[in-house]
Amino acid sequence: MTELLDVQGLETKINTRDGTIHAVNGVSFSLKKGEILGIVGESGCGKSVTMLSVMHLIPSPPGKVVAGKALYNHQDLLQMSNKEIRKIRGSQISMIFQDPMASLNPVLTIGFQLTEPLMAHLSMGKKEARERAIEFLTLVGIPSAQERMDDYPHQFSGGMQQRVMIAMALTCNPQVLIADEPSTALDVTIQAQIIDLVKGLRDKIGMAIIWITHDLGIIAELADRVDVMYAGYIIEEAPVDSLYGNPQHPYTLGLLGSLPRLDSKEHRRLTSIDGMPPVLRETPHYCPFAPRCRFVMERCQHENSPLMLVEKDHRVACWVDPVTGKTRR
Amino acid sequence: MLGRSCDREDPPMSDDPILLSVQNLVKHFPIMRGIIIERQVGAVHAVDDFSVDVRRGETLGLVGESGSGKTTAGRTILQFYRPDSGHVYFEGTDLVGLKGEELRRMRRKMQMIFQDPYASLDPRMTVGDIISEPLMAHQLADRKEAIEKVEELLYLVGLDPTYIHRYPHEFSGGQRQRIGIARAISLQPSLVICDEPISALDVSIKAQVVNLLEDLQDRFNLTYIFIAHDLSMVKHISDRVAVMYLGVIMELTDREELYNKPLHPYTQALLSAVPIPDPPFERKRQRIILQGGIPSPVNPPSGCRFRTRCPIVMPVCSEEKPPFREMGSGHFVACHAVP
Repeated sequence: MTELLDVQGLETKINTRDGTIHAVNGVSFSLKKGEILGIVGESGCGKSVTMLSVMHLIPSPPGKVVAGKALYNHQDLLQMSNKEIRKIRGSQISMIFQDPMASLNPVLTIGFQLTEPLMAHLSMGKKEARERAIEFLTLVGIPSAQERMDDYPHQFSGGMQQRVMIAMALTCNPQVLIADEPSTALDVTIQAQIIDLVKGLRDKIGMAIIWITHDLGIIAELADRVDVMYAGYIIEEAPVDSLYGNPQHPYTLGLLGSLPRLDSKEHRRLTSIDGMPPVLRETPHYCPFAPRCRFVMERCQHENSPLMLVEKDHRVACWVDPVTGKTRR
Repeated sequence: MLGRSCDREDPPMSDDPILLSVQNLVKHFPIMRGIIIERQVGAVHAVDDFSVDVRRGETLGLVGESGSGKTTAGRTILQFYRPDSGHVYFEGTDLVGLKGEELRRMRRKMQMIFQDPYASLDPRMTVGDIISEPLMAHQLADRKEAIEKVEELLYLVGLDPTYIHRYPHEFSGGQRQRIGIARAISLQPSLVICDEPISALDVSIKAQVVNLLEDLQDRFNLTYIFIAHDLSMVKHISDRVAVMYLGVIMELTDREELYNKPLHPYTQALLSAVPIPDPPFERKRQRIILQGGIPSPVNPPSGCRFRTRCPIVMPVCSEEKPPFREMGSGHFVACHAVP
């Protein structure tokens, strides 16, 4: 199987006045054609920084990608010059961000913003670009797209703005779409519309999607494979059924236990994870989850576990088997 | 013993199981035009004909999308906003007519927890000042007693009592929300309105705060109105749930019934839009996907307010407002299509 995007050992550090923050610590993942990869984690776990690093969107300084490779069609994105990456960004790999109002320019019409990448990347003429933009606005479900081309972002509702963002990300036929919490700011009924739309587009256009979120419910619905991140590490990766059916990392277990389920029959107390996620100012020589872990043992305090295979395609970075409470191997 | 003086010394025992009775509450915000000669050109119909009874010790969930008027309803109940019409009976007293000192005295028994733990705490006050402010304002404690009480409250909400001299910026979001909760329960209220208390928090922290709210409810027999848009969390914490849409309650029933037998098409759509963390189940699920977004509350649709997005809309829906009818014990619904 050909990997469309293959990230290996990515490390990003951010220098602040209070010291260096180790935001991403050796993250590796890959994405196949037409696949939806979910990346889950809480705020500050490095999920957004990982993607921004791959796309050269980390402001430097203060941020710096210090190690790693990101192979896209056998070219290393991280070695590219700004000029080279600009050819890829927005045309072959495009991104949608969380807050549509903050990512659209409020003083330009959406028509202008939609046609700009087409003219820049695909060297289209104005008229042709406009037609294509209208076509995509219709595709993402914006009624009377032709008239709405000359509207400004504030004339759209939040859900409609997010649709405009998706249309903009899709116009250049990207191979990969990176969606960074695109539905977090939206209401559930609008979120359902957006998810339905994205799934439909994947089937229709066949692009691969990386969906970043903190919502395990959305991932269950959407993703083929999941990476769970904590403190800049991937701590568990698995096919979606395997992750929910047989979660192995104590953090994943904790996250799943802290979610109330709409279809649960009786009232059960939520299992919360005590404490809060750390901010790493050094490379830890211990498991970063150890201070909050129910299964913590001696070894966790001085050695961080690598990702270990537990079943087919299911890897976990933990010394303890949470079912038996004993050490792995 | 810690927590002792926080226990209700003299519980306001009345035999009435209904703590709060809201009747036909209406709140419209006027839209004004003109600088010198102001005139009203319209109104935001934030809450319309809102009626609900809340029993002592229960949790009433209030759900709906943004713009459905759930926050306004909460604030109008507490008289932060004065209603245009309607009544709010709290322990038998109508709050709507009350003013000044009388209202202030009633407010001791009703408190609020806010959504944004960053905006709801004064950054220049220490934690001790924040939590003791209600006690001082109502002259329920002198300085020394207040400090003791604050330490107990901090302990109760799971914070270290030595944090009393720290400032809000030294705390994380979850800890700040605990401070907001300590402040809300400092006056031993009967009713606490929780306005999206967990939506700004991280997944693993949400469960901590919800568990804390449940513990405090058991301990002090608190009555909650829990406002949120997260349907699974509302179902988890509430005894009964009211579903709001554009300022109107569409359906009101207990939580099991709401999930097992939702009658209103909006409730059905809302439930089906909530993702469930179970991939095989998700693949089998049939979804109802609503078209469009919530209309503007300035010109709400005539008749039934949901009719513009309703999958089973009928001609009568645009002409007549559906009555809020009881369909079996305690299950209320406002829909023409429900037989």
